[in-house]
Amino acid sequence: MPDVLGGTPKTARETRALPEMIMLKASLGTRTGWIFLALGAGVFGLLLANVCLGSANLSFSEVWAALTGGDSESAVTRQIVLDFRLPRAFTALLAGAALAVSGLLMQTIFRNPLADPFVLGVNSGASLGVAIVLLVLAPAGVTLTQGLELSGHLLVVLAATGGAAVVLGVVLAFAQRVDVMSLLILGLMLSYAVGAVVSILMFYSMAERIQSFFSWSYGTFGNVAWSHMRVFGVCIATGAGAALFLSKPLDAMLMGERFAESLGTKVKAIRIASLGLASLMAGTVTGFCGPIGFLGIAAPHLCRYLFKTAQHRILIPASLLSGAGIALAADLVAKAPGFDGALPLNAVTALVGAPVIIAALIRQRNLRKAFG
Amino acid sequence: MSEEREGERTRPACSIGRLARSSSRANVSGETPKTARETRALPKKPVDIPLAAQSLSVGYEVKGSPPRYVARDLDLDLEPGEFVCLLGPNGVGKSTLIRTLAGMQKPLSGSIRISDIPTNDMTPKEKARAVSVVLTDSLPAGMFDAYSVVALGRHPHTGWTGSLGEKDRARISWALRAVAAEPLASRQISELSDGERQKVMIARALAQETGLILLDEPTAFLDLPRRVELMQTLRDLARREGLSILLSTHDLDLALRSADKLWLLSEGGALKTGMPEELALAGEIASTFASDQVDWDSEQGAFRMHRHACATVVLDGTGAAAVWTKRALSRIGYEVVASDSASNLRIRIEENGSRTTWQLEGSQDSKQFASIQDLVSSLLSLDHQTETSET
Repeated sequence: MPDVLGGTPKTARETRALPEMIMLKASLGTRTGWIFLALGAGVFGLLLANVCLGSANLSFSEVWAALTGGDSESAVTRQIVLDFRLPRAFTALLAGAALAVSGLLMQTIFRNPLADPFVLGVNSGASLGVAIVLLVLAPAGVTLTQGLELSGHLLVVLAATGGAAVVLGVVLAFAQRVDVMSLLILGLMLSYAVGAVVSILMFYSMAERIQSFFSWSYGTFGNVAWSHMRVFGVCIATGAGAALFLSKPLDAMLMGERFAESLGTKVKAIRIASLGLASLMAGTVTGFCGPIGFLGIAAPHLCRYLFKTAQHRILIPASLLSGAGIALAADLVAKAPGFDGALPLNAVTALVGAPVIIAALIRQRNLRKAFG
Repeated sequence: MSEEREGERTRPACSIGRLARSSSRANVSGETPKTARETRALPKKPVDIPLAAQSLSVGYEVKGSPPRYVARDLDLDLEPGEFVCLLGPNGVGKSTLIRTLAGMQKPLSGSIRISDIPTNDMTPKEKARAVSVVLTDSLPAGMFDAYSVVALGRHPHTGWTGSLGEKDRARISWALRAVAAEPLASRQISELSDGERQKVMIARALAQETGLILLDEPTAFLDLPRRVELMQTLRDLARREGLSILLSTHDLDLALRSADKLWLLSEGGALKTGMPEELALAGEIASTFASDQVDWDSEQGAFRMHRHACATVVLDGTGAAAVWTKRALSRIGYEVVASDSASNLRIRIEENGSRTTWQLEGSQDSKQFASIQDLVSSLLSLDHQTETSET
């Protein structure tokens, strides 16, 4: 064998081998492009469907009229579209995108196909915050929430985000010192411990209080008004935008931290940045919409399956789109007529998400293959 | 593949090599942007020493107790174009030393300089441009095609998006060709065999465009032909491209045959360096790997299993048949002695054309066998009989 040929990267052979390589890349490129186009169109279609469909179905022209500010007779329609449907659809879009990207970041950093934004305790931290507000503070000072009807909801949001932030702060403080496997276990243990505190709180609470806690834990995209969108949107846009800048080091991280280090990657900085961004996005979504499971795990797997690659410069935008699409589709099902009101969003995402993971598992034979 | 390219493959590598060496070296130094290297280089030395370490001690920090030393006070250096094999018994700290030299682990004391710059002063990116590492535990899996894995080697040279320029692509194609891995380029890395994957990982290290490559047991999971192939490739690359390559291996025989220099790391952390032949003659290899179970055979240049012979036998015969018969005999505990010594067993190998027979002559009787297998079973049953008759 050792037909070690060639030497300088400027031989005649070189120039002949290159076009083949470029053609190969180009054919891959067009396929990727088509899938992106299809995903984008799908998300747009679902967004439109979310605005049109609901307890009262609106035609496309009615929605258009409402958007462009047509005749005055459709004032109710206008209100439905602008104040309810649109913010809800955009919330679903942003939340889905954010959860998918934070799931992708987690899976890469932990090199684990089952990691999602909640393994580090975002979920449990947020639920502890909400439990304290709803189960402890509210019974103690009923007037506080009743007197401030509007800020009652905002208090829940703040409590959820704050709770998530505290738990993540603890985890991130450890991220400097321990390896990723320990970190994963640490996150899980924190989740269990915090979950135990929540169930103790629930044990000593009144039934109607527990009910309001449950309805938070079902998750919904309907609680974000335009006025909240500034915080919600900015947090998520920042997180997702910054994640795009990490795509190169994340590719290296997928091969293991030592490998990444040998390529000049600042491993600890990337680890903390990724976990920080994932926490920001997942924490924001959990705060505003409740704990929405499965989406964070399922969307990245769907993307790997669709694009047949692990490269983050493709997977990150792909996850943004597919996460948004899944969230919009799930919400469409959750508020479908016939379910009398709404299905718990969490149940829908699990019903959509679980088959995606199973399908990916079957098609790929072995999810681990995609990691290390 | 076209006729023409097949033809090119068979062209002797050395002629291309000479051409390649000069231009490639120029290329390497030309492409690195002006770092501290140029300004800090000592004027006395025209050529940078790719790797040098002074009074280096490697090991692990243990909390609450003194650090565990693996090797102490090592002084070492690698010349440009030198292919060095690091040998040593299991658990002696070869991997630790490689990881420390690669800057992945802090030395307990001492200093390491890569291209005359202390590694402490280098940013991760500068380090990644100076040294590439192939570790056993970083065999990649995942949904990357081989081309993308090799392209990861360009990370220290590309911008934040990691998009590849023409120069990057050229280097990747070159690296794939250097290890004869071009046909693998579009295959998923998880579908490759261990040997193919190892090739891709080495191509990845080459794509990183460093003057120094460290490999930790790259031959570990490969069969013999693949191991020979790999060592050959690396040695050729070192010579042709002026790369300094250090690899750790358990493959003593291959290392003896292909390395320009050996580093012998022995129990207790002493390091001996030198040409393989000189170390072998000085008995250093024997002492490094000293064990009750094996003997160093200085004439064969290999280790021999150490067995107490329980019986002696005289062997008449020559050629391959005699060599392999002797091996089989020594495995079952028979020592072959000179024909004039006193032994009541004698084996005569007779070759009649294509047929070989083994004649076993005892004190009383004599038997003929058609294969070594039959001879060995007969000798073993003979042992059994004598044992039972003695008791």
